[in-house]
Amino acid sequence: MKKQDVSRRIKNFEEVALGLDETEAVLEAKRCLECQRPWCVRGCPVGVDIPRFIRAIRDGRFEDGIRIIWEKNSLPAVCGRVCPHEVQCEGVCSLARGCSKFMTAKGRARVEAFLEQFNLTQKRRRPVSIGALERFLADYAAEHGITPYTAGSDMKGKGKVALVGSGPASLAAAGELVRRGYHATIFEALHAPGGVLRYGIPNFRLPEEIIEREIRQLKDMGVEFRQDVVIGRTLTVDELLSDFDAVFIGSGAGAPVLMGIEGENLNGVYSANEFLTRVNLMEAYRFPETDTPINIGKRVVTIGGGNVAMDSARVALRLGAEESIILYRRRREEMPARREEIENAEEEGVEFKFLTTPTRYIGDDEGCVRAVECIRMEPGEVDDSGRQRPVPVAGSEFTIEADTVIVAIGQRPNPLIPTTTQGLETGKIRNIIADESGRTSIKGVFAGGDATTGAATVILAMGAGVRAARAIAEYIEGCKD
Amino acid sequence: MLWDFRKNGRDYIYRIVEKKRLAPDIVRIEVEAPLVARKAISGQFVIIRLKEGGERIPLTISGSDPEKGLITIIFQEIGKTTIELGRMEKGESILNLVGPLGKPAELKNFGTVVCVGGGVGIAPILYRVKALKSVGNRVISIIGARNKDLLILHNEMKEVSDELHIATDDGTLGRKGFVTDVLDEVLAENRVDLIIAIGPVVMMRAVTGVGSAHGVRTVVSLNPIMVDGTGMCGSCRVTVGEKVRFACVDGPEFDGEFVDFDELLQRNRRYLKEEAASLMVMRAGRCTCFEETGCE
Repeated sequence: MKKQDVSRRIKNFEEVALGLDETEAVLEAKRCLECQRPWCVRGCPVGVDIPRFIRAIRDGRFEDGIRIIWEKNSLPAVCGRVCPHEVQCEGVCSLARGCSKFMTAKGRARVEAFLEQFNLTQKRRRPVSIGALERFLADYAAEHGITPYTAGSDMKGKGKVALVGSGPASLAAAGELVRRGYHATIFEALHAPGGVLRYGIPNFRLPEEIIEREIRQLKDMGVEFRQDVVIGRTLTVDELLSDFDAVFIGSGAGAPVLMGIEGENLNGVYSANEFLTRVNLMEAYRFPETDTPINIGKRVVTIGGGNVAMDSARVALRLGAEESIILYRRRREEMPARREEIENAEEEGVEFKFLTTPTRYIGDDEGCVRAVECIRMEPGEVDDSGRQRPVPVAGSEFTIEADTVIVAIGQRPNPLIPTTTQGLETGKIRNIIADESGRTSIKGVFAGGDATTGAATVILAMGAGVRAARAIAEYIEGCKD
Repeated sequence: MLWDFRKNGRDYIYRIVEKKRLAPDIVRIEVEAPLVARKAISGQFVIIRLKEGGERIPLTISGSDPEKGLITIIFQEIGKTTIELGRMEKGESILNLVGPLGKPAELKNFGTVVCVGGGVGIAPILYRVKALKSVGNRVISIIGARNKDLLILHNEMKEVSDELHIATDDGTLGRKGFVTDVLDEVLAENRVDLIIAIGPVVMMRAVTGVGSAHGVRTVVSLNPIMVDGTGMCGSCRVTVGEKVRFACVDGPEFDGEFVDFDELLQRNRRYLKEEAASLMVMRAGRCTCFEETGCE
């Protein structure tokens, strides 16, 4: 996929990946092997019928294509951009070698033989760019005014559901509920809907207009949005239960995790959440045209190896940092960030220091951070995640000068709802305990997404939202008997 | 339905229904916010955003009328957003208002409580005195400001308090000196069970010091910089008893004895330059750094 030129893009917040045009999309679609047992569908958390929409693109039936995606996924423009396709659909694509671990020896031999027959080179063995095709269809639909199925008002008499939070889990659940004939009302604490899509993911990866477009479509389908309502404060879950037939909690993982090391409260040390919220939601990059400021120094150090760390380090460059350095305590190949985003960060000049972790922050007389004291790490014993737990190398401390530090080591579910809702069971990180269908310990209360799992991906949250919506429909029907 | 407040076909219009200037730079407004008014308890705050592109700022709730669906906010015009809010007239609407945020104050019969309010902090103190009186406390109030013209709500304070002491820096009203001077005497003469202090950080720090010297617990209301106000960003983190707490969800009220006030003062200076720039742009109508830096 074409990308915005590096020298230009590090000076703006416009989208980096430029998408496919019609010719490119058709060419890419023609690469699909049309497997009889498509692995890609199994690799998709919401089970989109991928081969069928690729066939539609190949035949130039773009409207059919988008409708096929909409059957299972109400936010394709978002998923086409931020899903980790390389470990989902594209990771198991038969064209890619990544399929091997999911295949039988016989199946693998068949694919190998097929590839050899066509004398495919290693380069051509890359998977079909399913994400790019999905994005192409979503953008095509928007440009051509094609909208998803719209529920008639008479269809919505089956029951009323309140959804807490307006991130991917609630959006997907609300879409599924209105399609099934239920009223869906989404409550959002912030002034703008979208949850992490809005406050967390920068515009250059997921433009604001895309989120607005997907939300507008949901509104057209009949989903109601109420912003400026904090469930747990403005209203409680119990109060919602008295007005609605069921409640879905999709409040995400919005609470930042800090390391608790010396100097973390110095001026200039940000949680990634604060840094990104100021830039994405509050548009601090337009200050003083907008009112929310942000401080950025010459040298910015970001701690962490996930997508949030990549986003923060890349935002720092766009805000004018001369140097943007990422410290990660494990090795490069263990970074949880998407490969594509790591590559984008590298291209843009973000520097990486692996097997390195901060031990304290050093400030000046004014209380502003000036340096990060770090320590080298080495891989130790294998931990629960199957990776080697990094351990510090004694005596290997060194310091890096820094004007701004961004701590991007993870997010946890916000405890506000569990602490204000009696009888709602929670787990180790105050994540709401829910079963496969999103049922919680309270009758009529469902939950899904990061609020139950801790920080994960957009598409997993959407999958959980859709499953919960089905369970909610069943629950409401059950109550009527 | 609880959540369904519509007026003129629109949802949630946070209309200013009353406006009164209490001092040259202190304004009281009453705002239509039925959901917030239903729940608001002394000690809590709201976050407002005036317009598109506006910042989110926390303002302490200084009263509520659940029946009429109104909340009272008394604020000092100190930065761009508060100055703009001060320019808004009766009938105009605030774009976004969310709350009540933060933990409600502990309201029970403590016995004798001393309530100390400084500057604009007198407004939430008045709200607290009323709440504490309604649950049976004896309340001694001490309020202060730089001078008589800047001292707000002293008649109202007199009405609700069992005893009221006034201190002004220049002695134009009440005693010449600081609220802490009065507090020291009050604590020497009375058996006091609790002190509540709301005002400038340095005042709250000083009150805590006097309280500690007399062995009385002081509760302070902190005002760090916030963005979302729901525990999401950590901008408002403060150190309380060696632990990092978020003022927006764990507070905003804490035991003063354990609060690291120096860190709070330092963190509140994070955006001094930007705040000044923002004001300058507002007053000049355009960015004035153009000449120096070529910024447009």
